[in-house]
Amino acid sequence: MEPKHDSKWAKFHPMWDGFYTFLFTPGETTSRGSHIRDGIDLKRTMFMVVLALIPCLLFGIYNTGHWHYVATGEAGEYMDMFGDKLIYGLIQVLPIVIVSYAVGLGVEFIFCIKNQHAIQEGFLVSGMLIPLIIPADTPLWMVAFATVFAVVLGKEVFGGTGMNIVNIALTARAFLFFGYPTMMSGDKVWMSGISDLSRETLEANGVTGATQLGELASFTGPKADWIYPGGLEAFQAKWSIMDSFWGFIPGSIGETSVVAILIGAALLLYTGIASWRIMLSFVLGGFVVGILSNMGAINPYMELEPLNHLVIGGFAFGAVFMITDPVTASQTNTGKYIYGFLGGALSITVRVFNGAYPEGVMMAILFMNVMAPLIDHYVVSANIKRRTKRLKTKTA
Amino acid sequence: MSNDKIKAPKEPLFSKKNKKLVTEPLDDNNPLTIQVLGICSALAITVSIEQALVMTGSVFFVLGAGNMIISLLRNLIPSRIRIIVQLVVVASLVIIVNEVLQAFLPDVAEKLSVFVGLIITNCIIMGRFEAFAMANKPWPSFLDAVGNTVGYGIVLVLVSLFREVFGAGKFFNVPIFGDRIEGTGLYSIGYMDNNFIILAPFALFAVGLIIWIQRARNKSLIEEH
Repeated sequence: MEPKHDSKWAKFHPMWDGFYTFLFTPGETTSRGSHIRDGIDLKRTMFMVVLALIPCLLFGIYNTGHWHYVATGEAGEYMDMFGDKLIYGLIQVLPIVIVSYAVGLGVEFIFCIKNQHAIQEGFLVSGMLIPLIIPADTPLWMVAFATVFAVVLGKEVFGGTGMNIVNIALTARAFLFFGYPTMMSGDKVWMSGISDLSRETLEANGVTGATQLGELASFTGPKADWIYPGGLEAFQAKWSIMDSFWGFIPGSIGETSVVAILIGAALLLYTGIASWRIMLSFVLGGFVVGILSNMGAINPYMELEPLNHLVIGGFAFGAVFMITDPVTASQTNTGKYIYGFLGGALSITVRVFNGAYPEGVMMAILFMNVMAPLIDHYVVSANIKRRTKRLKTKTA
Repeated sequence: MSNDKIKAPKEPLFSKKNKKLVTEPLDDNNPLTIQVLGICSALAITVSIEQALVMTGSVFFVLGAGNMIISLLRNLIPSRIRIIVQLVVVASLVIIVNEVLQAFLPDVAEKLSVFVGLIITNCIIMGRFEAFAMANKPWPSFLDAVGNTVGYGIVLVLVSLFREVFGAGKFFNVPIFGDRIEGTGLYSIGYMDNNFIILAPFALFAVGLIIWIQRARNKSLIEEH
């Protein structure tokens, strides 16, 4: 089966090699001394992250169906029509996952064959992340288009897997966000299949169609525009922190359930794939800005408890799966604390102070991705300075 | 005429050297993709082909006339104040262009707004004055202007073609995918114009892609490390 160097299929060798090593353990072993420090390679790493994302995906499938039937008024309670919800969710979500993988891997294969590189498995994770951070109603051709954009301009131009400067999945999301704003924000996309329903129908079924963030963002405007005239109490009467924690809230497919995300986080931390320093400082950064905005509150949004901030929107998902991406994050330990903290702080800052962007996590993480090398640079040069100083005092 | 100075043989108008002045900036030494000059205008006005063409025309006038004026004056300009003289020449030419556009193409002039005035700061123009017109005769200077403007214009038109078609769904201001608001044509099956392509940052991606393709085709442009 293996295409030999002289056969006419030789240029497809990277593709064959990629599939072969993915499916089988290669039979050869090194005959001399080897230098393996750890048995985990890129395939296993990536697969572990995909595994960590499965709870989010499963919950996202249920949640997509759940909000569809809530919005149409057919099933209000969580367990009503459970099977129908799952089926509806599967029909909405699975095609997005398939398109994201097919298109992304296709682009990856083309570049690998063209450059005769071995195929690397970086896209296994990106391909799963992209569906999880977009609304379930996103048309498939947009998913495909965004994936091509992200893989080519986010990754391949920099040299492929492990060379990218910004997070690929977030690049895809940013492309959709700026390219098709009507499909990525507002009150028509967060509950699947409601674009034909009138505002009155939605209100009769007890939903606005917007995410919590969209509703909260109305608090930054004049009082007449508030979705909840009763202020923050009215908002909290509708959405309890526990609801948001379990994930029964409208939002992108995989970002809603903090519980599912925490299961993934536990796996990532146990295997050491994600950095606990970044995760911790990201959450801390968001928390601190939450407290600060509480202290100087001038509108109901600023009064929202810091804890509540952490469980709504994409904050938890960003903290566990996005900001911890080892390629785009800071590499030094001190840098990781700074990087995570600023990322979290910026996320909540954008959220609370910029009504035009209800969710700041994407922007904040992309921004910090770009800043990460700078942080590392200063951490390293500070270390050099400290050590030369120590050397001088010793010799003096 | 008892001038015993040996006169250089008269060069034909389109000698090999002169032809090269026109062809080189088109690819090997493109002012936009190789020298990376004039990027600001390439980002700002490439939302429609019409704007790109008018911009190219304006730059052609300013650069062509300016190059010749500077070239004629090159032996009179004291080198210490040459930048000021060059600026005066550009500024006066740009004012002429601006007035002409406002008189005869008010719609386009309004869309191009300050960017006509900002031709003054287009680095290609000062760059060509400084690098070429100050040291060459008027005719080669004019050819140099032709080559550089066309090189600049090609990139501008390519970028604006892509942005107008996929960003606004139009070609030369004519909708080609159907009516966006009525939802006819391609829009009826769910196609949407990409808003991101209209935004200026995307022009940066487009110029970058053009540079990528150009370098992939023309290996002589790849720098040694």
